[in-house]
Amino acid sequence: MESRGYRWSRRAIGIVSLLLVAATVILGLWITPPDVVQGQLVRLIYVHPPVAWVAYLAYGVTSIGSILYLWKRTRNLKWDLLAAASAEVGVVFTGLTLITGSIWGRPAWGVWWTWDARLTTTALLFVLYLGYLALRRVPADSHQRAVRSSIAGLIAFIDVPIVHQSVVWWRTLHQGATVLNPSLSPKIHGEMAMTLLLGFISFTSVYAWMLMHRYQIAILEQKVLDAELDQLIEERRREPDSESRQARPTNDVGNFDQPSKV
Amino acid sequence: MWRDALLIATKDLKIEFRSKVTLNLILPFAFVVLIIFAFALDTSPGTLQKVAPGLFWLAVLFSSIFSVDRAVAIESDDNAGDGLLVYGVDPGGIFLGKVISVFVQLFLLEIFLLLGVVVLYGPKIGGWLLMLASALFATIGLCAAGVTYSQLASGSRAKQTLLPLLLVPVVSPVLLAATKAWQDAFAAASSLEDPWLRLLIVFAVVYLALGAIFYSSILEG
Repeated sequence: MESRGYRWSRRAIGIVSLLLVAATVILGLWITPPDVVQGQLVRLIYVHPPVAWVAYLAYGVTSIGSILYLWKRTRNLKWDLLAAASAEVGVVFTGLTLITGSIWGRPAWGVWWTWDARLTTTALLFVLYLGYLALRRVPADSHQRAVRSSIAGLIAFIDVPIVHQSVVWWRTLHQGATVLNPSLSPKIHGEMAMTLLLGFISFTSVYAWMLMHRYQIAILEQKVLDAELDQLIEERRREPDSESRQARPTNDVGNFDQPSKV
Repeated sequence: MWRDALLIATKDLKIEFRSKVTLNLILPFAFVVLIIFAFALDTSPGTLQKVAPGLFWLAVLFSSIFSVDRAVAIESDDNAGDGLLVYGVDPGGIFLGKVISVFVQLFLLEIFLLLGVVVLYGPKIGGWLLMLASALFATIGLCAAGVTYSQLASGSRAKQTLLPLLLVPVVSPVLLAATKAWQDAFAAASSLEDPWLRLLIVFAVVYLALGAIFYSSILEG
């Protein structure tokens, strides 16, 4: 069972996240003024960059978890489960980044999608980690799955700068500056900057809360799996000898074919 | 390690020479891809000439998925890979051997495919040195990443579906860089100072290193 401290901190973070998000919504939708150039559209800035930041943070945590599992001194299945939980939340937030960006892009640029370097990298990032999650679903024993997915997670993370560099060159070597830069970063102050900062804090808090939940579920799933296995072994042991031989006549050959690591 | 790599590569190429899968199945598939690209796009010479490098590398990418899948399947069928490990073959050697064998097959395929592109799309080709150099490193990158991911996905029942999902986003920089390098080469820029070539070299080196480091963990894991 999860410890009492873990449960309480999870609940506390949940409540704090809820309050922070509510504050961001109120500040973002009512208190802050519309932008001179962009009008009401500017309000997406309180959501879109924080969501993107959380996605990167999540993948960072996945990579750290993967390294800690691969490194034999710190090897523990918990790191792998943490990496998986973080990647799942990361994929959700990457999806949200793409969706909110698209919603902003349609009125601002007139298109849902443009082959900007950052957009393209984000889309590839989304698919890379979807692949990671798909790999995790391949049936294997927990150690094997952990090793394979840790390697895949780490390679995906190393791949990101290469993908980014190639896409940046692709869009900039043969044409002018990117579209995103001028509109998002500069000239923001006062209430708006505060709200943006609040957005970053609140979405990071939401991430922490989701991660703790997802991690807990992963731990419980693992426990169920182990318990089921123990139960099956126990049942098999109780069976009379002759019956088990009849049920699995090729038992030895089967075991030899696929060495089990359980 | 190098001795093991050469042994594995020779063994795999011998199997390929006898079964002729690349020649009989993958090469015709690549040609079909070239033909249906012309269906999907416009058959007017201007269009096809312009996109010829991209289509060529896309066809190579698709073919490479089959090649690496097959290279790893040789060992995963009947758990032959475990046998190799029991014999004491170096895992890094197995990785390099697979990369070499797939590289040889893919490179030969590329030569035939280039002939196909020249005949079907009729682009003006120049800058042979840049073309050759970028093709070499792009193919090494494709093979190294492909063999690593194919081994990662092996053992899964949905392997044939999983592998493209894993591999294609990872090797997308290769597709991009090789296409751009060839476009530069076709525009008669034969200098080896091309930034895309540099990116291809970085990718090839990084994935060879990653594969050599992690392959033993994947095999034994």
